[in-house]
Amino acid sequence: MLYSDKVMDHFQNPRNVGVIENADGTGEVGNPIRGDVMKITIKVEDDKVDDIMFQTLGCGTAIATSSIVTEMAKGMTLEDAVSITKKQVADELDGLPPAKMHCSVLATDGLKAAIDDYLVKNGREPIAGPILSSDPDFDPHGEEDEPAE
Amino acid sequence: MDRTVYLDYAATTPVDENVLEAMMPFFSERYGNANSLYALGRDAYTAFEDARERVAALMGATHPGEVIFTSGGTESDNTALIGLATAGGRIKGHVIVSAFEHHAVLAPAEWLGKHGFTVTEVSPRTDGLIHPEDLQAAMREDTVLVSVMHGNNEIGTIQPLRALADIAHAGGALMHTDAAQTLGKIDFDVNDLGIDAASFSSHKIYGPKGFGALYLRKGTRIAPYMMGGGQESKRRSGTQNVAGAVGFARALEIMDAERATEAPLLAALRDRIVEGVLGRLELTSLNCCETKARLPHIANFIIKGVEGEAMLLHLDAKGIAVSTGSACSSGSLKPSHVLLAIGCPQEFAHGSLRVSLGRYTTEKDADYFVDELIPIVERLRSMSPLYAKIKAEHSAG
Ligand code: FES
Repeated sequence: MLYSDKVMDHFQNPRNVGVIENADGTGEVGNPIRGDVMKITIKVEDDKVDDIMFQTLGCGTAIATSSIVTEMAKGMTLEDAVSITKKQVADELDGLPPAKMHCSVLATDGLKAAIDDYLVKNGREPIAGPILSSDPDFDPHGEEDEPAE
Repeated sequence: MDRTVYLDYAATTPVDENVLEAMMPFFSERYGNANSLYALGRDAYTAFEDARERVAALMGATHPGEVIFTSGGTESDNTALIGLATAGGRIKGHVIVSAFEHHAVLAPAEWLGKHGFTVTEVSPRTDGLIHPEDLQAAMREDTVLVSVMHGNNEIGTIQPLRALADIAHAGGALMHTDAAQTLGKIDFDVNDLGIDAASFSSHKIYGPKGFGALYLRKGTRIAPYMMGGGQESKRRSGTQNVAGAVGFARALEIMDAERATEAPLLAALRDRIVEGVLGRLELTSLNCCETKARLPHIANFIIKGVEGEAMLLHLDAKGIAVSTGSACSSGSLKPSHVLLAIGCPQEFAHGSLRVSLGRYTTEKDADYFVDELIPIVERLRSMSPLYAKIKAEHSAG
């Protein structure tokens, strides 16, 4: 199993690590029993992701995908940010090993959960749709069963 | 990366120079087929049988014919499990294996379970040992085979084989052991241990990969696993790997000659690492640290609040090679079955780190590893959304 240079770069030098004080939205996904937990905090301004930080417990891919997703989402509208797919995340990292595609879901899910948290707190409708990894049966090491997108 | 510190000797070892030298002629000028009658063949045959005699003597076997050469530990384990259970055309019976066996034992046991046999797994206790009374409780009227590994490859505990073998025999069953991690590394004598069959691997003792042996006590029936030309007294067909046998025998001789000095050195280096890691990292423990019967070269840590693959990748970037039982590193659903079997909670098994030392490990390597590991763990913990919580829970109670 080989990681691209870009994955290794984001793993070795993750961007936007930490927690935003007084965040507008927080998303925490994953499960310590499975070995992977991710937390994203965001600041929202004009329905755009103004600032974003993450904390991740997990493998190299989990850390790298968390890092890249924060870079991708920064400055995006909330609507665009919730529609980032794991495929886009993988492409942005110049690809992921097939066995690791599944665990990259954590990163997009963390982002979705944070955005919905912000919307709900402000009395608005959530827009992210189902959050895969909040299913107790979700396994980041599970088989890849790509739904038709 | 200018520095390489290899701390994964339980995974494999480099071939010792002297072993390589002993093997070389058998790839070129002494290439004969050991089954051929002409001089070149006889030369190969003689070298092969000479290797068998030396290997047999070094494991305390009574007859050289009790050693069957194979392609490695996996073949030996598969042959022992399936060959002993089905010997003489047997199609049913009860087989006992320990829950923390290597997959080379667990997989054929599972196969037997699907083909007429019933299989019981005996769990080790939290001390990493299979207790004789637990084996006793698992024995049945129709138990035909018991297989318990000698030294565990992940946690390094050494099983009380003699006592286990006595129980198996009292119940009329055969006793097999996977001794890939112990032959050459600690005192090993098939008669003292009272076993009927044992599996060995050459590449764990500075011999070549792709070679191993199965000890089979004289008079023990076995169904062949590899069939063909009838080599190894019809118990294992295939053209003899003469270079492999010569290398394995030489490797074992060196292990035997060096053991008295090597084992205490390794234990001291291991303890140096253990003290360094436990002394400098909080919320870190050593698996089965209370158990006295353990291999000198293996230490298995649980480092709470980090994930093993991430640790491994950071260490790799510093030129350090170690292994982990985390699920993320293997691409499998669960963390190490060995750690789960000894009662390690799943969430902490993801943070396991196995360090295994060997002939070329130096004090400098040990210190370099500890010095590099500490900041890596601290950094990963600082990135973890859970670490603060784990720490708070810990200090609360
Ligand atoms: S977090 Fe476990 S495989 Fe990525």
